[in-house]
Amino acid sequence: MSTVAHSFRGSRTVISGVLRTNGGRIGLGLLVITFFIALFGGFFAPYSPYETLGVPGAPPGNGHLLGLDFIGRDVFSRLLYGGRSTLVLAGLATILTYSVGGLIGLVAGFSRSKIDPILMRSVDILLSVPALLVILLLVTGFGSGSLVLVLATSLVLMPGVARIVRSATLEVSTRGYVEAAIARGEPTRALLLREVLPNISGIVTADLGLRFSWSIILIASVNFLGIGIQPPTPDWGLMISENRVVIGSNPFAIVAPSVVLAMLIIAVNLVGDAYVRQLDRSSGSE
Amino acid sequence: MTSPTDSVLRLEGVRVGVRKGPTVIDEVTLDLRRGEIVCLVGESGSGKTTTALSAFGYCAPALSISAGEIVIDGDVIRGASQFANIRGTEVSYVPQNPSTALNPSMRVVDAIADTMRSHTKDDKERHAKALEMLGRVGLPATAEFGRRFPHQLSGGQQQRVCIAAALASDPKVVVLDEPTTGLDVVTQARILTELLRLRDEERVAMLYVTHDLAVAAQIADRIVVMYGGYIVEEGPAEEVLRRPRHPYTRGLMAATPDHVTARILEVMPGAPVDIADRPPGCPFSPRCALKVDACETTFPELELKGPNHFVRCPEWVRTEAVDWAGQVAAAAAEAADLSKPVILDIADLSAEHRTRGGVVVAASGISFRLRQGECVALVGESGSGKTTIARVIAGLHPTWSGQLLLEGEPLAARARARTREQRRRVQMVFQSPTDALNPRHSVGQALARPAMALRGLSRKAAASEVQSLLEAVRLPSRYANRYPRELSGGQRQRVAIARALAADPDVIVCDEITSALDVSVQARILELLLDLRRDRNVSLLFITHDLGVVAAVADEVLVLEKGLICESGKTSTLLANPTHEYTKQLLHSAPSLFEAIGAWDASEA
Repeated sequence: MSTVAHSFRGSRTVISGVLRTNGGRIGLGLLVITFFIALFGGFFAPYSPYETLGVPGAPPGNGHLLGLDFIGRDVFSRLLYGGRSTLVLAGLATILTYSVGGLIGLVAGFSRSKIDPILMRSVDILLSVPALLVILLLVTGFGSGSLVLVLATSLVLMPGVARIVRSATLEVSTRGYVEAAIARGEPTRALLLREVLPNISGIVTADLGLRFSWSIILIASVNFLGIGIQPPTPDWGLMISENRVVIGSNPFAIVAPSVVLAMLIIAVNLVGDAYVRQLDRSSGSE
Repeated sequence: MTSPTDSVLRLEGVRVGVRKGPTVIDEVTLDLRRGEIVCLVGESGSGKTTTALSAFGYCAPALSISAGEIVIDGDVIRGASQFANIRGTEVSYVPQNPSTALNPSMRVVDAIADTMRSHTKDDKERHAKALEMLGRVGLPATAEFGRRFPHQLSGGQQQRVCIAAALASDPKVVVLDEPTTGLDVVTQARILTELLRLRDEERVAMLYVTHDLAVAAQIADRIVVMYGGYIVEEGPAEEVLRRPRHPYTRGLMAATPDHVTARILEVMPGAPVDIADRPPGCPFSPRCALKVDACETTFPELELKGPNHFVRCPEWVRTEAVDWAGQVAAAAAEAADLSKPVILDIADLSAEHRTRGGVVVAASGISFRLRQGECVALVGESGSGKTTIARVIAGLHPTWSGQLLLEGEPLAARARARTREQRRRVQMVFQSPTDALNPRHSVGQALARPAMALRGLSRKAAASEVQSLLEAVRLPSRYANRYPRELSGGQRQRVAIARALAADPDVIVCDEITSALDVSVQARILELLLDLRRDRNVSLLFITHDLGVVAAVADEVLVLEKGLICESGKTSTLLANPTHEYTKQLLHSAPSLFEAIGAWDASEA
C-alpha cells in the first residue's frame, strides 16, 4: 500500500519536474502529439491505408493532404496508421529488455559473489557483437515476425541495461540502510524490493527513455531495410523505404514519416534529459 | 594598531549573498598580517568557508559579493579581472580534499610548476623551483619524487604537495580550507608543525578555516569565530580561548571533547540558525542561555571588550568561564564493573578481505570482552581494521575466523544464518548520516520495520513503539511522518540510533557515528548514548578515530594499529599513561584545547 502511495507521489513530481525546463515542456508536448498520432491516428484517417486511390506518386491535392505513395495509396492515412506498430513493438522491446536486463543487473550487483562476474562477462560477449548484425541474423534465421523483432531488439539493448542497473545496485547496496536491513536478516526479495529498487528507480527511469528511443530507431531501421514488418502493413520506417522510388514526384511520402519519427525520438530524448536534470537537482539539494 | 604595510589582507564589511535572496555572510571585517595565522572557526553553515573564499573574490555558484572591500597588500581589488590576476599569485588556496585537488594525470612537480606560469616562462627554471618547493614542505626534493603521480602519494604527502603548489608563486596570503580534516591525527600534527614553521621562518600569512577549536588553539595567532554568517567574536587566540566572551564560543568549547580531560560535554540547545530565516535580533539568541529580551529585537554590534578582543554580544560579561576541572572524570566515574555479565566475547578474531588481487588481512588476533552496560571504544586510524571488526560483529563481513560469542553462544558469520533473537540483540549504527536511512521510507516506517521484523510486534504495536523511540532519541513525535531529506545530519543519526533501539538490543555497534557531525551536534549524540546506556543497560562498542570522543564515552579502550590491538585498558589509565609507542604517538599528535589553555595559563603564571 505504501509503495503505491510513493510511486503516485513520485510520478507527480516527475511530471512537474520535467515541466520546469523549456526542453522538458517542448519534449512532453511533442511526445503527447506523436503518441496520440501513433496510437489513435487511425481513427481519424480519411481513407483506408491499403486501398489504391489514384496515380502512384501523385503530389498533394485532390483531397490527399500528403499525396499518394508508390502504388497510389493515401500517404496521410498511412501516416496516421503507421506509428502504432513501431511504437507498440518498441514499447514491448523496452519492457522485455528491462525485465531481463534489469533482473540480471540487479542480481549481479547485489550478489557479491561469483554470480556477478559470470553474468556480466556473458553480457559483455553480447555487447561485443554489432547490434544490427544480431538483428539481421535472428530475423533471417527465424523469420520476420513481430515476436522475433521484439526479441532481437531486446537482446541487443539488454547488455547496456544490465550494466547500468548493476552499477546503480552496487552503489546503493553498500549504503547504511541496506546494510542495516541485511543485518536485520531481511530476505533477499525484501532487500531488493524495499531497499534497493526504489532507490535506483530514478536512474532506471532516466535510462528507460534512452532505451525506448533506441528501440524505435532499431525497429524503424530494420523495417526500412525491409526485413522487419512486411508490406502492405503501414509503418513509418517501411514507408520511408518503399517510397524511395517516388521521391521526385511526391517527396512528402518520405518526408512526412521521417518527420514524425524524428519528432518521436527527439521528444523521448528531450523528456529524458529534462528528467535527468530534475533528478540532479533534487539530489543536489539534499 | 596595525601599520598599513604589515597588513597583507583586509576584508572590510564584506557581504556575500544569493542574488535577490538571503545574505550568507555580512559585515565581515578582518585583518591578516605578514607572518600570522588567523583561524576562522565555526560550525557548518556559519559562513567560514564563504568568508575565506571571498579573500580572493571567489563565491560558490549563485552567490556574489554584494558589499564591502577586499584589500590585498594595500590595493583595493575590484572586478573579476583584477581578482583573476591576484589568484594564484597574490593569494593562493589549499582546498579541503587533497585527493581531488590534484590532477591525477599530472606529475607532482608539474602540478607545482604549473602555478608559477606567471612568474617565469622558462620550464627548466620552474621545474627546479618546484623541486625546491617539495623540500620546503618537508617532502624529498628529488627528481624521482617529483616524477610521481598523486595516486602514488599518501594523503598527507598529497596535502603537502597542495601546500607547496600554493606557496610556489610566493603569494602574500595563503587560504587553507580545513586542510587536515580528512587526514589522520599523526599526519595532521606533522602538517600543522610544517605550517607553523612556514609562518615563523618564512613569514607566510595564512587564513585557516577549521571547525576544530583544538587545532585552532595549536596554530592560530588570532581566532575569528563565526555564527550564522556574522563574526561573533574575534581576538588573539590566547585571549579568546582563555576568556571566551561570546556564549557561542563558550558553548563550542564546552562541547569539544578532549582526550586530556575525560568529562561530560555540555550541550548547546537548539539547532544552528538558517541563513534564510535569521531572527531580527542576535542570530544566536534562540539558542542562548544568557538571552535577555533585547537580544530578540536588537542586532548587536561587534565591539571591543578586551585587549584586541571584539565580541558581538552586549551580555558578554555574564559569559561564564569553561569549567574544565569541575567536570573531570565524570565519564570515568562510571567505572567498569567486573561483576556484570559478559555480553560479547571475542577471542582471536581475524578478518580478511578477499579481492581479486588476493587476500588482505584487515584485523588479526583481536580479543576483547564487552560487559552489560559497558562502553568499549575501538580506536585507530583509517585502515586500522576497526570498521571491519564492527561489520564482523554485525554479521556483514563473512570472511573471518576465531571466536565470536554472544552470551556464550557462537554467532554465525552471516547475519542471515543467525537466529532472529541473535540479530535482535546486536545492532549497528553506521557512519554516514546521509545514507543511514532509506530516502523512500518515512522515519516511522524505518523505525517500525525492525520492531516488527525482529521483535514480532504487530503493526499497531510497532506504531506506538515508534512514538516512544522518537521520545527516547528526543525527537518530536510528528517526525514519524518525515522523510530523511527533511532532517539534518544530527537528526538522521538520531533516527539511526532509534532504529537500532527499535530491536531492543543488548549491544549497539557504533561505527564513527559522530565523525561527520558538528561538535555541538556530536555532544548531543554522545549525551544521548550515555543516557541510553544508563536507562536501558545497553552495551556499546564505539568505533572512532577521535581520542577526545573516547575520553567522553568509553570505559575501556582498545587501540588498533594495522589490524592488531597494540594496547588496551581502562580509558582514564590508558589516556593518562600510554605504554605502547603507537598510543603515545597518537596521544601526542591529537590536539587538545585543554592542554593549549593550560600551557597559556602556565606561561602567564
